[in-house]
This record gives sequence, C-alpha cells and structure tokens, in this order.
Amino acid sequence: MIKLFKVKEKQREIAANANGVPPVKKQSAGELRLQKDISELNLPKTCNISFPNGKDDLMNFEVTIHPDEGYYLGGTFLFSFQVSPVYPHEPPKVKCKTKVYHPNIDLEGNVCLNILREDWKPVLNINTIIYGLFHLFTQPNHEDPLNHDAAAVLRDNPKMFEFNVRRAMAGGYVGQTYFTRCM
Amino acid sequence: MAGSVVQSSRSRDLDKLLLRPGNLIGANFEPGSQLRDDLQQYVKVLVIGAGGLGCELLKDLALSGFRNLEVIDMDRIEVTNLNRQFLFRLEDVGKPKAEVAAKRVMERVSGVNILPHFCRIEDKEIEFYNDFHIIALGLDSIEARSYINSVACSFLEYDSDDNPLEETIKPMVDGGTEGFKGHARVILPGVTPCFECTIWLFPPQVKFPLCTLAETPRTAAHCIEYAHLIKWDEVHSGKSFDPDDSEHMKWVYSEALKRAELFGIPGVTYSLTQGVVKNIIPAIASTNAIISAACALETLKIVSGCSKTLSNYLTYNGAEGLHTKVTEFVKDKDCLVCGPGVLIELDSSITLQKFIDLLEDHPKLLLSKASVTHRGKNLYMQAPPVLEEMTRSNLGVPLFDLMGKVLKDVVHVTGVASKNDKKTSCLRKLRVAFKGVDGVTDMDTASGA
Ligand SMILES: [Zn+2]
Repeated sequence: MIKLFKVKEKQREIAANANGVPPVKKQSAGELRLQKDISELNLPKTCNISFPNGKDDLMNFEVTIHPDEGYYLGGTFLFSFQVSPVYPHEPPKVKCKTKVYHPNIDLEGNVCLNILREDWKPVLNINTIIYGLFHLFTQPNHEDPLNHDAAAVLRDNPKMFEFNVRRAMAGGYVGQTYFTRCM
Repeated sequence: MAGSVVQSSRSRDLDKLLLRPGNLIGANFEPGSQLRDDLQQYVKVLVIGAGGLGCELLKDLALSGFRNLEVIDMDRIEVTNLNRQFLFRLEDVGKPKAEVAAKRVMERVSGVNILPHFCRIEDKEIEFYNDFHIIALGLDSIEARSYINSVACSFLEYDSDDNPLEETIKPMVDGGTEGFKGHARVILPGVTPCFECTIWLFPPQVKFPLCTLAETPRTAAHCIEYAHLIKWDEVHSGKSFDPDDSEHMKWVYSEALKRAELFGIPGVTYSLTQGVVKNIIPAIASTNAIISAACALETLKIVSGCSKTLSNYLTYNGAEGLHTKVTEFVKDKDCLVCGPGVLIELDSSITLQKFIDLLEDHPKLLLSKASVTHRGKNLYMQAPPVLEEMTRSNLGVPLFDLMGKVLKDVVHVTGVASKNDKKTSCLRKLRVAFKGVDGVTDMDTASGA
C-alpha cells in the first residue's frame, strides 16, 4: 500500500493549499442511534422529556413522570439519563433524582428495572425504558426490592404502604427517612 | 563495523520477503530495496495501547523492520502489570506505560524510533491520526475501539459510484485478548467490515439485577457489585466512584468483604474486586504474544503487499486444546460509520424545509418526516415537541449555511421510509454535495473537502 500512501500525501498537500476543511470527528454510532430514538419518541401525557444542555446534547437528558393512577397519583418524579457512546450496545444509566418511597427504587435513586440491566437488548429503545419507569409507579412490586422496608410494607400491609407513599409525597418522615414534597 | 553486521543479519529473513517476487503476494507488490527502505524510513505506524498487547506489538513491529513508530496510552504502570507487560520493571511502577515501553524497545532494537504519547486517545486532534499510514490497536475496551474506528472511517471518501477512494482508506489492525481467547482482525474501512458493522461480536458485559445485589447475593461478585454500585452512593453522596483511584478500590473491597461475611460467601479478594469493578478478565502472556504476532504480521503484509492479508477476522482459543479459525465477515452496506451513504446533490440555495421535502421523493430514500443532524448539531427534530420547537427556526435557512458552507459533507437523517406500502423507521447516512456556489468550480468540489 506504500504507493497509495504516497498518493494520499500528495493529495493532502494539494487539499491544504486549496483551503480544504480538516475532517472533524463524526458523531459516534451511539449518538446517531440515540438521535433516532429521540426523534421517534411517543410519550404518554404523563411523561415529559427535557434537555438541560440544549438541543445538541442528547446524551444527557431528563424525564419527568406524573403518574395518573395508583399509589403515586399526583406525584412528580425526575429521572436522569446518561447514554454511552456505544449505545445501544450498553443500556443508558438511569437514576431517580426525586427521593421516593418505593420498593424498587432506593433512597440513592438506583432503579431496579430489568431492562436497564440484565435484560437490556439493543433492539429496545428510550421509549421502552420510559414506559418501563412509568410502569414502576402504577405497579410497584415487592418481589424485586431495592428499598427492603417499603417492599415488606407493600407485601404485608398495602393500606399502610399507601399511607406511607402519600406521606412521603406530601413531604415528611416515613420511619427515620425524610422525604421532600414532590406533588 | 560490528553494527552493520548486526543490521544485515537482523533483516536477513525480512529481506527474503521484501526483495524477492513470489506467488502468494498481495496486489501491487513491488519487491526490491526501495520497498525495504520505504518500510524503514517512510512508513509511520501508530500503536494504540501500551499494555499487555501493546508491549508485544511494539516489540514485534520494531523487529519486523518498522522504524517510525508512535504509541499512545493514558495509563501508568501498576505492579500487577509486571507478569506479562514484559517491557516494564519494578522500578517503573507509577511511570507512564507509553514512555517506558518506547524507551525499552528503543534500547533493545537499534535504529527504531518510537515517540510516546501519554494521554487519552480523545485528547489528540483528528488530524493526528491521519498522519499514520496504519494503526495497530492493542486495546481492552469497546468504547476506545469504537472511537478510533469512527476516527479512521472519517478519513474515508467515496466516489460518485459509491466506491471507496483507495487512497483515503486508513487501515487498522485490531487485536484483543480475554484469558485464553483472542482475536486479530484487519479493518480496511470501505472494504472490510468496520468495528461498528460487527459490534455484536463483542458480548455485552454481564450485569446483575440490582435487587439481587441488594437482597439475595449469592456470589463474591454480587458482594463486590453491591459495594460498588449501591453502598458507594449511600455513603459518598454526590462523589463519583473512580476505578483508577486505589483508595476507592480499597473501600469497595473492604465493604464487599463485610457483606460477604454477613451472607457467608467466600472468595472476595482485592484482585477479584478490581477484576469485577473494571470488568477485567485475567490476561495470559502467551495469548497476548500469539495475537500480537498475528497483528504485526498483518501490518507488515498490508503495508508491503508481500503476502495476501487475513480476510478478515481470526479467532484463537487456547482454553481446550487449541483452535484457530478465520471468518470472512461482510460489511454492513448501510453502516452509518463506514458505509457510503446516499449521495445527494443540491443547489446551495435549498432551505432545510425544501431538503426535507426532497427526501420524501428521492427514489433511494422515500423518507418522510425526516429529522436531520450534522456533525453533532441537530438541525431539525420532528419530535419530541420541546426539540421540534428549538429547531423549527432552521427550516427556512439554506442547508448550505446550516452546514457551515462546506461544499460536501455527511448528514444523518431519521424518518419513516416507505417500501412497497410498508412503512419502517430508519436512520440513513447522506453525502450532501452543493453546486452553484459562487467562485467555486467543479474541479474544486471534486478534489474533496
Ligand atoms: Zn461499518
């Protein structure tokens, strides 16, 4: 290929003289796929997306969920999404920024949703994840607990669970933990 | 005089390859002393990574007659590297790998010049990579491979018949090892599949369910991931975990140990903690040596044409007996990174709205509801409403202006494609070329921007 290398060198010299534009890094395949996901989003009225860094940084965005039924009716929950350049080979990193009393979300905002970890597949997309998160609020389950106490209460005493959720959302203590108002 | 005797004996075997004609040669092979001189004096090779594979690659390339080498690596030497990264000594611990590796090979192989770069691959300008005739990759991360691949493919240009322009191809040779297994592959962007065409070859990292970690740990790895993913955040609110900070790693190890004791799980060690957190599989020196040898040989063959090259993916497995196999993968013709995309010629006065309308009638696209992005800038987004609103004002602006008045460049579009009455959502690469720009002749556009 040495001959070709030399041809290339000549051309680069010519290009440099003819005010050529130097190549700029192309978007990563992950960014492009994410752009597709985002442009095809079809969200229910209960979910909103925003881009804190403006229209050209889609890799970091936020989703707010306002459940319209179930235990969490009336609350507002904010999630941050961080998408890797090798998306969708890797799932996005999702955290819940609103402190919530929930069996499947811990107090640090870690979320136990199978498609965010062990069951992620590249055919899934951002829409699927947002629906999955929405689903966590309409149907919290005590079988995949991250907040052990909340899961136990949901399993053994749903009335008490409902009371605790309302109390946390209104702003107040559940046990030793203080929750800020999110309704 | 002694020096010249050493020289001639050192290149004796190489001379047999480079100076004599043969039957199994590659295309355009021109044996002779000019070829040997070019290999030594003209050709520049970049080695990415100075770890287990990188050390081997530098040594192998230096002994294969290449004399202009550069190496880039962001890591410093750790004690645990010394068993296989044979260029490093105990007193080197803490020093940059690239610098020590370059120095050691130069000390041992006279005449070779290796320039080290102690930095991240993203820190270099794109043009830096264009200076090398070939790039050899000795990396352990899929992100880094994907990045270098996108850089190398960004130099690639196609002619109007969608054939790659040979002189714009930046060849890469990629090696990878995991324990007893390894691969070596040749990537000629536009000719053989690029890294992104076959990204599915890399198995996704194993991820345990968070609730298993939190509630029902069963293995040492579960305890380590609990400390790393859950306990760290609980204790260090806001401070992010740094896998390269040994204090952080020790903290995770001690927390993992506590948890393992609580659940009666054996097997948590410091090195396992590092392995799980950094997703490291124990490296084996001989696997690195075999894969590197294959990569160095392919580099020599591609550059000199002295033999046909690997086509195009070699796997090696030394776990049960020994098995090697070469598979010829095919490229994805619609690959967003290495594919040609659809060529579209436009008048420079065409607005973005008009361009979007044109895509709907374009016979190769039939793409409706297009969203358009150019070099990381979203020119127009159909959804969600918040982005549509932010980009709507671009619709009336000429595309030429939105693209920074370059004569030709790549844009990506997503939308709904209609084929035989079936509608599918798709993402396409387009090569846009402008005509009718004042003061620019066709000659200039043909030479390429
Ligand atoms: Zn490709």
